[in-house]
Amino acid sequence: MTHALLPSTAPAAVAAVGADMFATAVADQAVPVERVEWTPPMDGTADDLATVAADPLRRDANALAVSRMLDVQAMLVGVAPASELLGLERGQFLHAGPPIEWARTSGPLRGALLGAAAFEGLVEDPEDAAALFESGTEVSLEPCHHRSAVGPMAGVVSPSMWMFVLEDPATGRRTYCSLNEGLGKVLRYGAYGPEVLARLHWMRDVLGPLLGEAVAAAGPVDATAILGQMLQMGDEAHNRNRAGTLMLMRDLAPSLVRSSRSADEIAEAFAFVGGNDHFFLNVAMPACKLALDAARDIPGSTMVVAMARNGTDFGIQVSGTGDQWFTGPAQLADGLFLGDYGPEDANPDIGDSAITETAGIGGFAMAAAPAIVRFVGGTVPDALATSRRMREITIGENDRWPIPVLDFAGAATGIDVSSVCRTGILPQINTGMAGKVAGVGQVGAGLVTPPASIFPAALAELARRTRDRA
Amino acid sequence: MTHQHVEIRPGAYADSVALLQVSRDVAATPGVAAAQVAMATELNVEVLQGMGFTLPPAGANDMVVALRLEDESALPAALAAVDAALAAARKGSSGGEVAAPPRTTASALRRAGADLALVSVPGASALVEAMDALDAGVDVMIFSDNVPVEQELAMKRIARDRGLLVMGPDCGTAVVGGVGLGFANTVTPGRVGIVAASGTGCQQVLALLDAAGVGVAAALGVGGRDLSAAIGGISTRTALDRLDADPSVEHVVVVSKPPAAEVAAAVEKYAADLGTPVRFALLGAGQPDLTTQTEALLGDLGVAVPAWPVWGSPAAPAGGSALRGLFVGGTLCDEAMLLAAESLGPIRSNIPLSPELALDASLVADGHVMIDFGDDGLTRGRAHPMIDPTLRLEHLAKVAADPETAVILMDVVLGHGAQDDPAAELAPAIAAARAARDLPVVVACVGTSSDPQGLSRQAEALAAAGAEVHLSNAAATRRAIALTHVTAGGAR
Repeated sequence: MTHALLPSTAPAAVAAVGADMFATAVADQAVPVERVEWTPPMDGTADDLATVAADPLRRDANALAVSRMLDVQAMLVGVAPASELLGLERGQFLHAGPPIEWARTSGPLRGALLGAAAFEGLVEDPEDAAALFESGTEVSLEPCHHRSAVGPMAGVVSPSMWMFVLEDPATGRRTYCSLNEGLGKVLRYGAYGPEVLARLHWMRDVLGPLLGEAVAAAGPVDATAILGQMLQMGDEAHNRNRAGTLMLMRDLAPSLVRSSRSADEIAEAFAFVGGNDHFFLNVAMPACKLALDAARDIPGSTMVVAMARNGTDFGIQVSGTGDQWFTGPAQLADGLFLGDYGPEDANPDIGDSAITETAGIGGFAMAAAPAIVRFVGGTVPDALATSRRMREITIGENDRWPIPVLDFAGAATGIDVSSVCRTGILPQINTGMAGKVAGVGQVGAGLVTPPASIFPAALAELARRTRDRA
Repeated sequence: MTHQHVEIRPGAYADSVALLQVSRDVAATPGVAAAQVAMATELNVEVLQGMGFTLPPAGANDMVVALRLEDESALPAALAAVDAALAAARKGSSGGEVAAPPRTTASALRRAGADLALVSVPGASALVEAMDALDAGVDVMIFSDNVPVEQELAMKRIARDRGLLVMGPDCGTAVVGGVGLGFANTVTPGRVGIVAASGTGCQQVLALLDAAGVGVAAALGVGGRDLSAAIGGISTRTALDRLDADPSVEHVVVVSKPPAAEVAAAVEKYAADLGTPVRFALLGAGQPDLTTQTEALLGDLGVAVPAWPVWGSPAAPAGGSALRGLFVGGTLCDEAMLLAAESLGPIRSNIPLSPELALDASLVADGHVMIDFGDDGLTRGRAHPMIDPTLRLEHLAKVAADPETAVILMDVVLGHGAQDDPAAELAPAIAAARAARDLPVVVACVGTSSDPQGLSRQAEALAAAGAEVHLSNAAATRRAIALTHVTAGGAR
């Protein structure tokens, strides 16, 4: 798409960056001028930015990354235990975010691991599991992302937990996510009391098998299409999944009713899912990951393919730098608190759910979800401005996920490490807040950004690889 | 006596609510007794007739602007108010809040559907912004200097592969379809195309062609290093191709600071195969100056060479032995040094013709000295001297106080981007410089008759301060050389 100007023809419009006097001089000659509000890039990034910008692979690599991502159709094809799907064995635990050892884990991740150990029968009392994790001889920790999975908040997955299976029919690639437990005192927020474990047992014994049967009978459910419809219905698919949850129920209801389970169990499942507005989040997340994984490992691409937090570190992975994590300290969210909780009770940012923002929804599509802007402490104008601002740091737009109030502009898609370093605009994430003490559960919700330092770090590695190729 | 103005604007459209607001705003303009801006629907036509307006035939897709004025002189202000109110109405209809401005060139190009980018950020960031343009498939002009040469090469190679033109970096001047970019003069459209590896060199040719009554189709800057061995004329070739493909271009002239000989030869060979005749005006030792080259171009065009304008009385010698040149234009400084070195010998400079003639940071030396205040080394952390004359004016006073100074030679460059009124500060400074001993000051005032600053007004103001002012830098330089010879020769 090249517009080779005829030199004797005046430009239709000029984009001007830098000294305003030159922009003014052009405007004075009756040519429309779009002025860039330019600011110097993040400290120390100018050379790396130039190296990466001049990389002959970059433009096409980024276009390929976005198009591969947008080509993915995420179909919900099954529900089954992690042991079957991922080969997860007794003592193996997955968690959210980049890799972390027990000694550095935060309260909510510890709480979730303790609860999961008890759920798996490794210990009777969850608190006894601390010694297991300290010794590390019978248990191991691994990020969900390393197993094609994602998990909200603590994101702890153990072998007996049932998981959604999302598949891209064109390639057969799959991603996985556990089933959502609801809000309040739940494992993913670090709670591990008896009611938490009882719920996990019911999910293992009733909900998981029931959903598995229903999905198998109903046939694949198009999660990508549901996500597009959700944005038309007031969801942003991170902190509001109400419409998505209802649409999933609608699609599965006939086969749920026809399943082999008793009417009471089916009714319980309906009540549970219907009472949990976040149920669809655990479908949205692996759908986003499935799309983003298609954009991985493209040399020269500066597109972020994962943002994830383990409660201690915030990490990103970038298409052009393989599986390398770039990490910095997870930040405290700014938002509203439940009951008597306050900022001093909150744990730093945690969870793989920022995969939604990485894919262009969640905080990036806040304009689509005015109903919850106050829940995360914002206003409607803030939400509109945020969704527009994110377009400044993304490579493209997702036409399948249009935002009505932005005149159906597609969700900002494909975070560009270079653009973040150039503008200093950080990705905006909507998030729940876990209590920092293990066992507390959710204390609030709010807005958070990654630590700024991880983007220059990723850029430096991209620049190093560019120089090595040259 | 009231005056009635009714005009039909076929195809213009705004919704009725917006037009009611427009009508109300216009009616509030001083001198307007009544105003109705409306679509010419049946209903609105009746309303307008009821107000006493007589309407020509119009349909519902036409906009009617009907004004009753206290007298005819209020018409321009009233029409301006109509346009302003319509523009405001359009803005309002796109939503309540104003979108935040774009933060990158990519974003600005996307939002405006722009087909050209203009980059003037600090040199360290210029490539990054320029690549946004090349990625979007549009040409870019890079005014920024201090861009590393390897970055220039990288982006020009990418542009070449994509069929795009990089004008710059350190490109001061371009004219595209009559629109001046950077420091550019106002020219009339015409049949000459210019490729310029030199901003002020290009401006000199634009000024002379304008004085000869010859119009310019386009002037494509390529950056001062384009014809260096490192870059190899990549943008020059693309610019030549573009001009060759433009049916309105009949003659092309390539203007450059002293190029690398092998690059110049290769580009000349390339140009020889084009359909459009190309003249090369390349500065260098023993090569013709830009004025001589422009005269040759006029010959190609079959246009008589005019007497190049001169303002003020001829300067007279006042002692001293050294020629002191204070330039804002690098190419004008180069040209002056090349001419002066032939007859005066070595010239010390911050952009010396050979390395041993380099000035130290004080910019002061014995003998003949010419300084380019627009050079990269003197613009770091400071605006270009065409915008901020402070440094050159300080130096003017210093040079004037030096008894060794025989003649001061200066340039003044007009056009878009340059100071609004350079003579306002320079004329008093010249008068002050001449206060002690009527020191001869010769000025090359480079501009066109349509430049916003007013060529003759500027030249006359400088002449009134005692300067001898030429349109041709070469002519000004020759006069300065002659004046230097008189006193320097006398001292010998």
